[in-house]
Amino acid sequence: MATTSTYHDTSLAYPDGVPKTLADAPLVAGNLSFHDVTELVAGHTEKKTPLFWFFGFSVALFLMGIFGLSISYLVWNGTGTWGVNNPVGWGWAIVNFVWWVGIGHAGTLISAILFLFRQRWRTSINRAAEAMTLFAVACALVFPTFHTGRPWLDYWMLPVPNQMAMWPQFKSPLMWDVFAVSIYGTVSLLFWYTGLIPDLATIRDRATGLRQKIYGILSMGWTGSNRHWRHYERAYLILAGLATPLVLSVHSVVSFDFAVSIVPGWHTTIFPPYFVAGAIFSGFAMVLTLLIVARKAYNLENLITLDHLEKMNIIILVTGTIVGFAYITEFFMAWYSGVAYEQYAFRNRMFGDYAWAYWIMMSCNLIFPQLFWFKKFRRSIGVMFFISITTNIGMWFERFVIVVSSLHRDYLPSSWDYFSPTIWDAGLYIGTFGLFFTLFFLFLRFFPMVAIAEIKGVMPQANPHFYDHAHGDGAAGDASEATVEAVPAKSDEVGR
Amino acid sequence: MPQIFPRKANSLPAVSLMGALGGGIVVVLVIWYYFSPRFTDVGYQPAQPVPYSHAQHAGQFAIDCRYCHNHVETSEHANIPSTQTCMNCHSQVRTESLKLLPVRESWATGTPIPWVNVHFLPDYVQFSHAAHVNVGVGCESCHGRVDQMEVVSLEEPLSMSWCLDCHRNPEEHLRDPAAVVQMGFNEEVRADGESFAAYVDANRARVEAEGIQPPQNCSACHY
Repeated sequence: MATTSTYHDTSLAYPDGVPKTLADAPLVAGNLSFHDVTELVAGHTEKKTPLFWFFGFSVALFLMGIFGLSISYLVWNGTGTWGVNNPVGWGWAIVNFVWWVGIGHAGTLISAILFLFRQRWRTSINRAAEAMTLFAVACALVFPTFHTGRPWLDYWMLPVPNQMAMWPQFKSPLMWDVFAVSIYGTVSLLFWYTGLIPDLATIRDRATGLRQKIYGILSMGWTGSNRHWRHYERAYLILAGLATPLVLSVHSVVSFDFAVSIVPGWHTTIFPPYFVAGAIFSGFAMVLTLLIVARKAYNLENLITLDHLEKMNIIILVTGTIVGFAYITEFFMAWYSGVAYEQYAFRNRMFGDYAWAYWIMMSCNLIFPQLFWFKKFRRSIGVMFFISITTNIGMWFERFVIVVSSLHRDYLPSSWDYFSPTIWDAGLYIGTFGLFFTLFFLFLRFFPMVAIAEIKGVMPQANPHFYDHAHGDGAAGDASEATVEAVPAKSDEVGR
Repeated sequence: MPQIFPRKANSLPAVSLMGALGGGIVVVLVIWYYFSPRFTDVGYQPAQPVPYSHAQHAGQFAIDCRYCHNHVETSEHANIPSTQTCMNCHSQVRTESLKLLPVRESWATGTPIPWVNVHFLPDYVQFSHAAHVNVGVGCESCHGRVDQMEVVSLEEPLSMSWCLDCHRNPEEHLRDPAAVVQMGFNEEVRADGESFAAYVDANRARVEAEGIQPPQNCSACHY
């Protein structure tokens, strides 16, 4: 292996010196070889389970127990156990639904839109982000499913022939939600799974016994042949094309739940773009929260570099500012419309009973992300972790402000009321974290958390001319050997 | 690379795809039929405390339905007759019959006879007999040929789609309110297509003239 050092040398990949700007920075640090990447990512599914995993997983399972308890209590007693009251019929359930669905936006944005825009840095984070998306959508679906009060009749929302001759009311935005979210979930799952197949095959090829059988079934007979890759790339592109409009449509449709109604504070045309921006904002924050911890815990700092995190921070800054701009636009429109109800709704947001929630939202969503104007903060793990958390708090409060502060001041002053959640509202919300983290910990343990095959494609070695420099050095014999070495010959290197 | 699975595993994706598709269709069809009241409810024939024969009373003797169920024209509920109604005749007819023992007992003690309800509607459905009978929906349209039943059984599914079938096409089911209790009427008018078409046309004119609009909104029945 005399040549190994040759292709570990960055000066070969970057003959003009290591680039200084973020856009040109290497996407994989630490001079890793293809095999190192495989070892690093696939290895975590093979090694002894680390202690911190058991600790995290048992916390998640404990929260999952709260989830089971809250759901059982809810089904047994009905939604009356929640704090929802007459003007505020949509309490935490809808707040949590919109919050989780919003978080679920980052995955598909990263995997589909950034893919179509050839943002090669997505490859380090897309797998975990897509997994997070799926689990967030699962958590989101819990809330409307059980908010119906009689979840065993939820099939009424599907166009299935039945003895009641009942058909869904397609004029209702709530029906659009059913289809938007279920299509989004399905396409996200397909997209995630399609991307997983080559990596599952990599794990299969390194495994023996039952593990080999299980990953063998999951990888669906992938051999890494040229034909497989051609089909795979085509399928991936088609799915990216399908998923791209969904990124925009799902949260637009969710916003229609509000915008189509006549409640002051909801009835605005700005809602779809404002919701989509907010969704991307909160989704990226959640990806950050998870990956800051995961990259440290699993030693993935070379794959998910500080540059990746900085790029995500820029997206958070941009989307956070769009969201803040939307908040201010809403105030302008309330004033400019001259509608007294609208004006009252927005005055009430700022200074009414829920002013505390409003100011939490404003500071978390508009003010804190502005720190990211400074490169020092964009590259500070502590600051970005703090902002990723406050962003998710802020985005939760955004939905809380929209849902509760608009509803609690109805057109009819006699029905005005104050909404307070009960312990069962909180139980179900905390419980969905159990569901989310249980699934996420299982994902970390059993699936490749970084897209192995894809990340190899953005490494310097993937450049066909990567080894040419060795040739130019005059060491002709060595160079040709190096070229042969670099071609993944071993079975664990199906892929690129 | 060693082969993990036998060659025949290659057919697994196609087979499972077809299986999922076929299985899905089968599940829909099974639920469609076997989970519908047409399968689960029709034919329900509970044992009654008194061996009362509708075939004899309503068929052979041609007693008007409304003699016993005398509130159908004025009430939402078609009442089950009280023991007193039975005793109008049976205080003089078949006074010694063993079959009538529970009726006489009820008459003596004042305890009602525990007749068993055959035509159930869910609690969240409101149905008015008066509204239907007075506009000319025949008894037999919902209850079947009671005049031929020894023991009453459920003839129609009473499902929501079944209700809607009539509410959407009332002209096919309406009749002269005077003939509301007539049994076999439906069979008669449907005997040949041509006269039935004329019958439907006449009904359509009537529906228009009288402004009969069977409601199809939710709160018509669910309130």
